[in-house]
Amino acid sequence: MIAIACIIAALAVCLAILLTLYRLVIGPDAVDRVIALDTLVINTIALIVLAGVVYGSAISFEAALLFAMVGFVTTVSFCKFLLRGNVIE
Amino acid sequence: MALFWEIIASALVLISAFFLVVGALGLAKLPGTMSRLHGPTKATTLGIGAMLIASMVYAAGVRGEWSLHELLITLFLVLTAPVSAHMVAKAHILRAKRERADLPETGRPVGWATICDVRSRRVENTTPRS
Repeated sequence: MIAIACIIAALAVCLAILLTLYRLVIGPDAVDRVIALDTLVINTIALIVLAGVVYGSAISFEAALLFAMVGFVTTVSFCKFLLRGNVIE
Repeated sequence: MALFWEIIASALVLISAFFLVVGALGLAKLPGTMSRLHGPTKATTLGIGAMLIASMVYAAGVRGEWSLHELLITLFLVLTAPVSAHMVAKAHILRAKRERADLPETGRPVGWATICDVRSRRVENTTPRS
């Protein structure tokens, strides 16, 4: 049963990634693209956790945690660059 | 009993998938950057949260392995989501010159921190005190 649920969830996450990529391409402003990148990271974390459920490997949680950290730093540094024209002053 | 936990985990996985699609749909369809900002927060909190709880429930109830790593990821995401949303909103206020006229008053002698000049803020902050 969990296999069917995971397949449906993987398809849903793929749909979500496609919608996010649409916003990433057409986003009228750079801020929209930053939000789209943040959402893309969230969807990727969901896919990694889903793979951890399906394959039963505990190492995927370290990968998901690292991805969450890198995504947060990416978003904040993009916004810092848009705000100040510099990341580290 | 394993079947019961498997049903719970499957339901949580499906709930998480639903919220991830809702967040991405909100990001794709909503008008305006500020309204687009609040769509993906559902994906962050409810989507990832339900997915990680499903992973915990499945590992503990079906495989018999207890793990608390997932709570760490949830805690990290819940802590960092407001910070990144705040930074995105600040960048949007700075860049959207057309919407800047609709900003409400701050109610203080100091203007909005993102737009206002730092030097003039310092002067306005010290004048009422002296």
